[in-house]
Amino acid sequence: MGPLIPNGVIPTEWNFVIAILIGIAFGFTLEASGFSSSRKIAGVFYGYDFAVLKVFFTAALVSMIGIYYMDYFELVNVEQLFVLPTYTWSAIIGGVIMGFGFVLGGFCPGTTLCAAAIGKIDGMATMVGIFIGIFLFSEFYDFIEPLFDGSYLGRITITDSLGISPYWFIFLFTVFAVIAFYFADVIRKRVKKVFY
Amino acid sequence: MKIHIEENKHVYWNPYFGGLILGLVILFTFYITGRGPGASGAFKSTIVTVVNDVAPTHAENNAYYDRFIKKGDSPMNTWLVYEALGLLIGGFLSGALSGRLKLFVEHSPKITSKKRIIVALLGGVFFGLGAQFARGCTSGAGLSGLAVLSLGGFITVLSIFGGGYAIAYFVRKNWI
Repeated sequence: MGPLIPNGVIPTEWNFVIAILIGIAFGFTLEASGFSSSRKIAGVFYGYDFAVLKVFFTAALVSMIGIYYMDYFELVNVEQLFVLPTYTWSAIIGGVIMGFGFVLGGFCPGTTLCAAAIGKIDGMATMVGIFIGIFLFSEFYDFIEPLFDGSYLGRITITDSLGISPYWFIFLFTVFAVIAFYFADVIRKRVKKVFY
Repeated sequence: MKIHIEENKHVYWNPYFGGLILGLVILFTFYITGRGPGASGAFKSTIVTVVNDVAPTHAENNAYYDRFIKKGDSPMNTWLVYEALGLLIGGFLSGALSGRLKLFVEHSPKITSKKRIIVALLGGVFFGLGAQFARGCTSGAGLSGLAVLSLGGFITVLSIFGGGYAIAYFVRKNWI
């Protein structure tokens, strides 16, 4: 019954070994999908390449559906899985700031690692920037703290807050994603081609 | 053999296939470890470790660093740091197999590589800052958050793309 390590099925000592292996799979997949290229990633914001949208939504769907299927068949206990805690304003502010960073840098922390690993100097520059950003946040933390720790709603899920069953939400999300994929292709055909 | 690699340089996986594999990796991660993959946390651990090594009293007195400093153990000894190491290895492997290993600044021909580096650095600063507020990045808060239907994760993803689209027009000269 999953999750395996928290339930003692796999010894805790393996946790870091598995971390590296998962990282390798993650990094390999990201790079193979083209996310070591900032110009490819930024394409989603300008309509010339929707790889980010397609990969992101597909991955979210596959993992969501997978987890809830496994939970249904009692292969995994969804209650034991780590749910990112919800701090409403902190999430919104953080997200918007990250959005700015995303469009400027063309990378997110995971993809900067892939980019830097293959020699992309702009990826390395983004990494340096991320370190600086974290440092700045930490140094000014005393002023930021109320915003950071405020509006805490708990480790709640979308089902908890919106009151729809997870299965319905996942179904609706799937429909939404498919529609988004369709429109992504429609838009891409009409946008001026960019070669990178 | 060499020509074969040259031709494959820009051949990336079909995005739906990439998404499928990524989704399976995330699923696998939750199934084995009970948590999802991430990335920004590894960067944070690095900063905490460096500041703690260079200025330990300052780190102790700072409420944020202090959250991550453990007595008798390095802040680097976390799951995400090992995973980030794997990310570097995996990215390198994929790049190597596809002939994409090359040290250069990727940039739109409409801007100089110097400008690209400055803008990328600035982008990173925003991203690092934002990831602290949101307690994660597109991987940790986004993908892993969404996988378990976290409300915070959902809010963060919407905000990231909302924020990105909001200023995309104003910085378009960097890309198109």
